[in-house]
Amino acid sequence: MKAFTYARPKTVAEAAEMAAAQPNTRFIAGGTNLLDLMKLQVETPAHLVDVNRLGLAEVTETGDGGVRVGALVRNADLAAHPRIRRDYAVLSRALLAGASGQLRNKATTAGNLLQRTRCPYFYDTAQACNKRAPGSGCAAIGGFTRIHAVLGASEACIATNPSDMAVAMRALDATVETVDAKGTERTIPLADFHRLPGDTPEIETALRPGELVTAVTLGKPVAGTHLYRKVRDRASYAFAVISVAAVIDKNADGRIRAARLAFGGLAHKPWRGPAAEAALVASNGDPDAAADAVLAGAKGQGGNDFKIPLTRRTLRAVVAEALRA
Amino acid sequence: MDMNQPIGHTPLDDRPDGLLGKPIDRIEGRLKVTGAAPYAYETRELKNPAYGALVEAGIAKGRIRRLDVRAAEAMPGVLHVMTHENVPPQGEKKEQVAPVLAGPEIRHHGQPIAFVVAETFEQARAAAATIRAEYARETGAYSLRAGIAGAVIPKQLQSPPDSALGDFEGAFAGAPVQVDVEYTTPVQTHAMMEPHATIASWEGDHVTLFTSNQMLNRGQASLASVFGLPPENVRLVSRYIGGGFGGKLQPQADAIFAALGSKAVGRPVKVALTRQQEFHVTTRRSDTIQRLRLGAEPDGRLVAIGHESWSDTTPGDGFYETSANATRSLYAASNRMTKHRLATLNLPLASAMRAPGEAVGMLALECAMDELAERLRIDPIELRIRNEPTQDPEKGVPFSTRQLVPCLREGAARFGWDKRRAAGTTREGQWLVGLGVSAAARLNPLRPSSAAIRLEGDGSVTVRMAMTDIGTGTYTILAQIAGDMLGLPVERVHVELGDTRLPKAAGSGGSFGAGSAGSALYVACEALRAKIVAAAELGPEEARFADGRVVSGNRSESLADIAGRAGDIEATGEIKPGAMTEAFSQYSYGAHFAEVGVDADTGEVRLRRMLGVFTGGRILNRKTARSQAIGGMVFGVGAALMEEVVIDSRTGHFVNHDLAEYHVPAHADIPAIDAVFLPELDDKANPLKSKGLGELGICGAGAALANAVYNATGVRIRDYPLTLDKVLRGLEARDRSPVRPT
Repeated sequence: MKAFTYARPKTVAEAAEMAAAQPNTRFIAGGTNLLDLMKLQVETPAHLVDVNRLGLAEVTETGDGGVRVGALVRNADLAAHPRIRRDYAVLSRALLAGASGQLRNKATTAGNLLQRTRCPYFYDTAQACNKRAPGSGCAAIGGFTRIHAVLGASEACIATNPSDMAVAMRALDATVETVDAKGTERTIPLADFHRLPGDTPEIETALRPGELVTAVTLGKPVAGTHLYRKVRDRASYAFAVISVAAVIDKNADGRIRAARLAFGGLAHKPWRGPAAEAALVASNGDPDAAADAVLAGAKGQGGNDFKIPLTRRTLRAVVAEALRA
Repeated sequence: MDMNQPIGHTPLDDRPDGLLGKPIDRIEGRLKVTGAAPYAYETRELKNPAYGALVEAGIAKGRIRRLDVRAAEAMPGVLHVMTHENVPPQGEKKEQVAPVLAGPEIRHHGQPIAFVVAETFEQARAAAATIRAEYARETGAYSLRAGIAGAVIPKQLQSPPDSALGDFEGAFAGAPVQVDVEYTTPVQTHAMMEPHATIASWEGDHVTLFTSNQMLNRGQASLASVFGLPPENVRLVSRYIGGGFGGKLQPQADAIFAALGSKAVGRPVKVALTRQQEFHVTTRRSDTIQRLRLGAEPDGRLVAIGHESWSDTTPGDGFYETSANATRSLYAASNRMTKHRLATLNLPLASAMRAPGEAVGMLALECAMDELAERLRIDPIELRIRNEPTQDPEKGVPFSTRQLVPCLREGAARFGWDKRRAAGTTREGQWLVGLGVSAAARLNPLRPSSAAIRLEGDGSVTVRMAMTDIGTGTYTILAQIAGDMLGLPVERVHVELGDTRLPKAAGSGGSFGAGSAGSALYVACEALRAKIVAAAELGPEEARFADGRVVSGNRSESLADIAGRAGDIEATGEIKPGAMTEAFSQYSYGAHFAEVGVDADTGEVRLRRMLGVFTGGRILNRKTARSQAIGGMVFGVGAALMEEVVIDSRTGHFVNHDLAEYHVPAHADIPAIDAVFLPELDDKANPLKSKGLGELGICGAGAALANAVYNATGVRIRDYPLTLDKVLRGLEARDRSPVRPT
């Protein structure tokens, strides 16, 4: 671990100012990912700004029927929140599918959104990685690619985003609220928050230097059956091989009225499939039509080719469950 | 005592209500759960330690051209930086323990190339990270498949690498039913909870290492060789060990570097390997390629058994995976052949991991038997019963005890084996459900071991030996043995282990720990009993030890009174293997039963329930024995479903070198699991009449799951572990074909 300074401000403004004043600053909350990365020198911040005393730990009503989730709401608390369980069940389920009980007690909403990929080449400083060391190349391409992307990858990077929570939030059209050192507040749709790797895989989000996430807001509850299906290599404490977040709403006659589908483990960001949603509604529940739409551009790396049929089969299971519900 | 004949009646047989067998809690359990048991890295007996950190090679084959340590040397707190250019002279390699930093040549990824000693852990680690190496890279060999062509007949380990009986090739070719299959198993890592760690300190030319090691006397000898010292100048202390599983049978780099570093800076140095370093710097279980050939009559009787195994190790080493161990004795057949071949690859050192040989060999053998049963349409349990040998088929000697068939039958009844249906025909919702069975067998060794026991003035006793407790319950079973032999409760037995200053002992490994150390203690207790009887001036024949007293006829005296009169009474005992080892085939046996669910959509395999029925001679402590058995079964679940060290075929590095990506079973992967023991006493094994249990639970366990996956899906996967992508491939093929599996 490299030496770093540590500060624990008490206000959001102070935190944002500290980050703006000092380049190479990281905010730290639960630290469940950042500390591991620092020990390995994958992340080498010069300054840590501990945001745990900023408040931001409440789930509040937005006034338009939605909820605002403070950046520091712990994953365990968010999953257990009665409003989330009742009205945003896909999010509660996704959270509970992630990590372990101990980690969920520490990990925060903003931290979860900002967790880094689990690509093993990113984690190993002896390997080339454009995300960790821009321009050094991508050792994952041609290597062990079992967990890597089949959608939206680039020649620079084939990493996936590991978050479960973000996949559900993507299905719910969440927005991210931020503030910077000047006090400027921004609202970023989650769709635009995470980026595809392109030529700059080191830039993972739309956040500007020093910008602090203060909350994630969810709009009015989305009607329908909320499902989160995580496919994984062991029953607990494993990242998704792939995952599907679905909210599927039926008319009284059983016809599908609306569908939202988001996918984890397929890309550098939570992957929303509007074409798949439209196909599912248009076909009145043909999961293969939806799978065709979302997987049209899918391309495996060899070791992860199985994710394509796996996604198709998982989508079938999810749609079948929603139709049974 | 040399184990030259059956032990006959012993005082332990007179204590049906004694301590032995009782599920007594670990006597050191409270210390451990309260954090009061100091593990190697935590010991405070050596004051003012400096901290060491290793630097690993970033290539798998080649030479170090230049090593830049200037930045590291200038870092705050740095006391010393050691490389191959300034490492002090070392002695000779012994067993698999070799001098470090022996030159610029790199043989495998992660080989230590430098060592930093600093005032603090953080300073050492930060400085280590600044060291830069320039290499002359060479193309290495990382693929066992490719290495088969150059594989050699290895030098014998415990038994010859090859065996043959009758005419295997002819009998197999002529067999009416043939199974000829290849199974592969991946590299695995021990993943013990406590990483390798050592604090070392010198006084003159004597070095003391508080370290985490399973076999202290062996470690003492090998480290003495590497340091160029007589063994008595090297002291190893390992009082508490957070798991070993074979990974700590021999000292690793942490011990050597701590000692060299301490010598260099003139104060104690402590080193703990990081979890990532555990993968590359220590040892591993080799990957294997195994070919099984079973030739049978239509009624299932085997006429030919062939088992060939290829494994690999690092250049200059000869360790091979003895995969056919169990195949040599498990089933009857008059024509037999086993072969082991070894390839040299630029991968880290291969060595023992829990049940080396059987653990991976039975993954292949027991699935091949299942395949044969399927071909013959014979129940897999019935197939095994039809091939039950009357004596050891290769050695031609009787079994000391063998209750494989009772284990299979008892397990079948308890598990509900009669509910098993044809492959691919049972479905519950999304789950394809299957049942699988496997035999378990593990060689029962006895190793030389000695012990001392002393009657203290207060009538308690103190047991002393250089034995280790790696989490298995050794402290406790030793207290139970001494307690029963001397009529004392466990609270009155003090057990001191884990120090080479104590009488030499077998250590923990190869399932020989409890039997060997326990037998030495038994012999010592016999000697102490005789001395106590003599001191009490009682007739030896009638003497009985109970309730802290020795009783003879109508005379009785407390041990405290005897000690008070006679002073401390001390006795030693020693056990050595003898004629019984060769005169009888000695194995522990068992049977595994597994029920799995396979998600019909995703191919995810989840264990639903599992049962092991075992025999291991006298069970010394039902609780710790069950824990050992279940722990082994959990290892088997990992081997079957998830454990795999992934080798990057381009670089030879282990890609998933942490516990986030090298998966071992989590709690949620282990639902209803149980282990039971059938009554048994083995008077050929050792004076306790016990047999080894530490590895039996893993032997065959994974095969029961793989067979259950087949029964659930009709998909046979011969490439461990059975990850969902492999299952999915089979399900996709099955779903495309309307033909149901037979």
